[in-house]
Amino acid sequence: MKFSEAWLRQWVNPELERDALLQQLTMAGLEVDGVEAAAKQFSGVVVGRIETAEQHPDADKLRVCQVSDGNETFQVVCGAPNARAGLLTAFAKVGAVLPDNFKIKKAKLRGVESFGMLCSADELGLGDDHSGIIELGANLAVGGDVAEVFSAELPLDDITVDLDLTPNRGDCLSIKGLAREVGVLNNAAVSYPVIEPVADQSERVFPITVDAKAQCPRYLGRVIEGVDLSRSTPLWMSERLRRCGLRSIDPVVDVTNYVLIEQGQPMHAFDLNRLDQRIHVRMSKADDKLTLLDGQDVALDAETLVIADDSGPVAIAGVMGGKHSGVQNDTQDLLLECAFFAPLAIAGTARRYGLHTDASHRYERGVDAELQAAALQRATKLLLDIVGGVPGPIVEAVSKEDLPAATQVILRQSRLQSALGVEIDAEAVDEAMARLDFVVHAREETAAGVEWQVLPPSHRFDIALEADLIEEVCRIYGYNNIPSTVPVARPGLAEVPLAAHSEVQLRQQLVRIGFNEVITYSFIDPEWQQAFDPGHKALELMNPMSSEQSVMRTTMLPGLVQVAKNNSLRQQTSGRAFEVGLVFVPEQDELVQRSMIAGVLWGDREAEGWYQTNSPIDFFDAKGVVESLCEWAGQTASFRPLDDTVFHPGQSAEVVINDNVVGRVGLLHPLLQKQFDAPPAFVFELLSDAMLAKAPRRHQSISKFPQVRRDLAVVVQQDVPAAAVLQSVRNAVGENLVDVRLFDVYAGEGIDSNEKSLAIGLTLQSQTTTLSEEEINALADSALQAMRTDHAARQR
Amino acid sequence: MDIEDILQRGQQQVAKAEDLRQLDDVRVGFLGKKGELTALLKQLGTLDAEERPKVGALINQAKVTLQQDIEGRRDQLQQQELAQTLAADTVDVTLPGRQPALGGLHPVTQAMYRIQDIFTGAGYQVVAGREIENDYYNFAALNIPSHHPARAMHDTFYFGDGTLLRTHTSPSQVHTMERQAPPIRVICPGRVYRRDSDLTHSPMFHQVEGLVVDEDISFADLKGTVTDFLQRFFEKDLQVRFRPSYFPFTEPSAEVDVQCVHCLGKGCRVCSHTGWLEVMGCGLVHPNVLNMSGIDTEVYSGFAFGFGVDRLAMLLFEVDDLRLFFDNDMRFLRQFA
Repeated sequence: MKFSEAWLRQWVNPELERDALLQQLTMAGLEVDGVEAAAKQFSGVVVGRIETAEQHPDADKLRVCQVSDGNETFQVVCGAPNARAGLLTAFAKVGAVLPDNFKIKKAKLRGVESFGMLCSADELGLGDDHSGIIELGANLAVGGDVAEVFSAELPLDDITVDLDLTPNRGDCLSIKGLAREVGVLNNAAVSYPVIEPVADQSERVFPITVDAKAQCPRYLGRVIEGVDLSRSTPLWMSERLRRCGLRSIDPVVDVTNYVLIEQGQPMHAFDLNRLDQRIHVRMSKADDKLTLLDGQDVALDAETLVIADDSGPVAIAGVMGGKHSGVQNDTQDLLLECAFFAPLAIAGTARRYGLHTDASHRYERGVDAELQAAALQRATKLLLDIVGGVPGPIVEAVSKEDLPAATQVILRQSRLQSALGVEIDAEAVDEAMARLDFVVHAREETAAGVEWQVLPPSHRFDIALEADLIEEVCRIYGYNNIPSTVPVARPGLAEVPLAAHSEVQLRQQLVRIGFNEVITYSFIDPEWQQAFDPGHKALELMNPMSSEQSVMRTTMLPGLVQVAKNNSLRQQTSGRAFEVGLVFVPEQDELVQRSMIAGVLWGDREAEGWYQTNSPIDFFDAKGVVESLCEWAGQTASFRPLDDTVFHPGQSAEVVINDNVVGRVGLLHPLLQKQFDAPPAFVFELLSDAMLAKAPRRHQSISKFPQVRRDLAVVVQQDVPAAAVLQSVRNAVGENLVDVRLFDVYAGEGIDSNEKSLAIGLTLQSQTTTLSEEEINALADSALQAMRTDHAARQR
Repeated sequence: MDIEDILQRGQQQVAKAEDLRQLDDVRVGFLGKKGELTALLKQLGTLDAEERPKVGALINQAKVTLQQDIEGRRDQLQQQELAQTLAADTVDVTLPGRQPALGGLHPVTQAMYRIQDIFTGAGYQVVAGREIENDYYNFAALNIPSHHPARAMHDTFYFGDGTLLRTHTSPSQVHTMERQAPPIRVICPGRVYRRDSDLTHSPMFHQVEGLVVDEDISFADLKGTVTDFLQRFFEKDLQVRFRPSYFPFTEPSAEVDVQCVHCLGKGCRVCSHTGWLEVMGCGLVHPNVLNMSGIDTEVYSGFAFGFGVDRLAMLLFEVDDLRLFFDNDMRFLRQFA
């Protein structure tokens, strides 16, 4: 909410400098979000009366005015459409200084001399209205200093303060509420303006029926006949509204807005002659429609509380009025509405229709249920002063049992102390209650301290629990006067599982081998999602920020490929990145949220250096990363060729542990590279859970007998998987095989084109004896024999 | 016999030997089986018996002298050779080394782990949670009924079936309270989502929330915990202040400001010249929230706090634009390796 400091200080004026007052508000939980000068300084501007206004001989849009300053008459050329004889306006004489040091000099406009300037609000630094020159009230003395007109109630050094109020402080959404709060904070008296009831001057009433009593416990209406809407809002009112961030519209809207800002009570004015028979406050019915004041046509849903007449809805209660029934230029008679709507009935309504109004903002947060009659009287008085008219009697429809009941709340001193962690004197609580206008119905001394029975005032509708009172006392006592302690704990010792890695360790493992962690969005572009996981229908956001962030990823790969792509575009031609995060996979009837660890490698294997020629990353770099992760997790993984549209069909594998597929690794399919303009990236994606396992480490004794190496070269068919050949060797040689290493794969000259040669190094060692030459040869032979039998291998 | 002569020649040749092979040739030529001095010894028999011991001693003396010279020269030559080898093997030590690639955790993760370390040291458990939640856990169980104006503060992402992306990690706190009886001391780190995007807001960001429920937990305990945390995190003796605020799930509620870590309160661009940084929200757990999770409010009380990790990471690492965290530019990330 925006407010004018000067206006607030007319209600309550603590002995605090401006900065101290703002600081106090912030520290009281009414956070000052912004401050701006409400006006600018000017001098030499007087109240001038336009005596005559003649058409300029050579310019259609200019007028030549004779302007009096009370003593003399000056010729002034003016372009404003509202420059007319008889008008009192701001006259900047020659020598005047307008805001931003704009000096007024004698001038000639299209051949006619001009001695000074007639000013718009904009030119005086009073807002941005430059549609015409400012219209001053007829009661001002001609020749008076305009700056002084403002000085008392509307000083030019005033500021507009923007408060960011939390939803629980609906009671501070008015000058009255703020004044009350500042009074509480400073223990200062507040001078509330006295609201005198305006007596009825006619019998004219408009009937009101409230059907939705729970939603509208109180509804007041008052007819005012014979208003003159050709009058304009006085400067003091439009200027105050402006300093509270509201634009002047017409006198009726300005008055209802003024009461809203001053009292915190939203109001609405109908054109009485456009209402049909009777007001009904009811829930919306099927087919109810309404054209709103802002021109928008809305179909009303059944949850909506409406104000209707016999023909249909005329307003969305507490949110916005209808266009047809609203006040127009030719309106003569008004029906003023002033209601208390239950917060729950209004809450959410505005948002459902994409609206947010000053009225809905207040009703959602709660309005004082006892305020309506006074507010209506205040509005009547202000209206009559400006546009005249004859007020009728106030008609009130009230359902007492639906009004919020003030509940007594008990506050225990013992509870207060244990909650705040500091001893607070009973007298300090007494004083806080008094300052807050909380009525103490009973005060009892018990063994555990004093107990208060408290009845909060109607404007503090947020107080219902002991915790609410504790908060109030805490606020008055001062948050920063409460000591700092550390809670006493009895923590058990930490559990450190032997058979699991932590996620920290998992990430560190990839960091250790040169990967940088990235964080990509969980919601991605549907085109990427579809291309990377055509098999799943990804969950769609109902209200995404943009279409590029509109579906929940079912795989981490799009984000990582995007990382490779974006970095390549920035000349980061090589890199390794990984991410740990959730994917969101719809499976049968439930949504599975699964943690994955995934990575991407692109560009060269190693950083460019003087000691080597560069070689590009290939499948085995990516696979090696997966293998090392699996080994770290104590898992034996096997790799099976993968048939998947996302990957290069000849350079991809699924990762299998204990017959379960735990992930995939491979080169991004060339078609996808092309589709997304991505570099040839190798990616992997694994279930985090599989990698968080940890096989318990157990020591195995190291043989003290010598180890020997035998190298074998065999030729097999191209399609024989190397892993199967090695497995045959392991099976055949048994426990004396401490290592088997495939150190060369060759295809080409010297062997058939459908064959390949494998060079395999066996490291042999016994735990119990030195192997003899015969034993060694026998073991090597068994390996050869097994390869022959299992894979039709022949020795090379 | 000209012993002196031979010795002199031998010594000259030793001094002239330029490598070990030449030196060995000299040794063989004088001291070998057919060497000149050896030959002299063989001629001893031709001398008088009287002279034999005298001349023999002289020859032996010459042999020892030459042997010593040879050994001296050998040491010299060996050292020269070593020096040559070393010189030949010298590299330019200023050439860059073969450096294993250095990986690194994302700065937000680093900040997150720093936070976790600080709290786990005091016996807090770390609780992870789902990111897609239902209305109950994200709002209703936290005292935010469906029409509550506080929902507007959250700008929630919804799915068609009524589920949503969690707007805070508080749902993890609710799950914890349902699962575990007090005493409870947990922190809940993780990704959270709000419909907001500008210089200081990202639609996805990271939070850590903390919850302590036990007997006699007070606002003073909350203040002490939050103050200690901020001072430990920034490793500076920063002032911390508490302002009344409002969150539906805590009461009393507070916003926490910490003295600007950049200018230490003097006022700078980072703190918009206020000297303070708003860094977290906190409060005593609202009795409605404890009740909904089945915790007896007459016995137990609790406090909760929550803050954005990305913001703390920005302050810690002096990152001036939030979007850098989600841009994943390797040049940015490598700075944190």
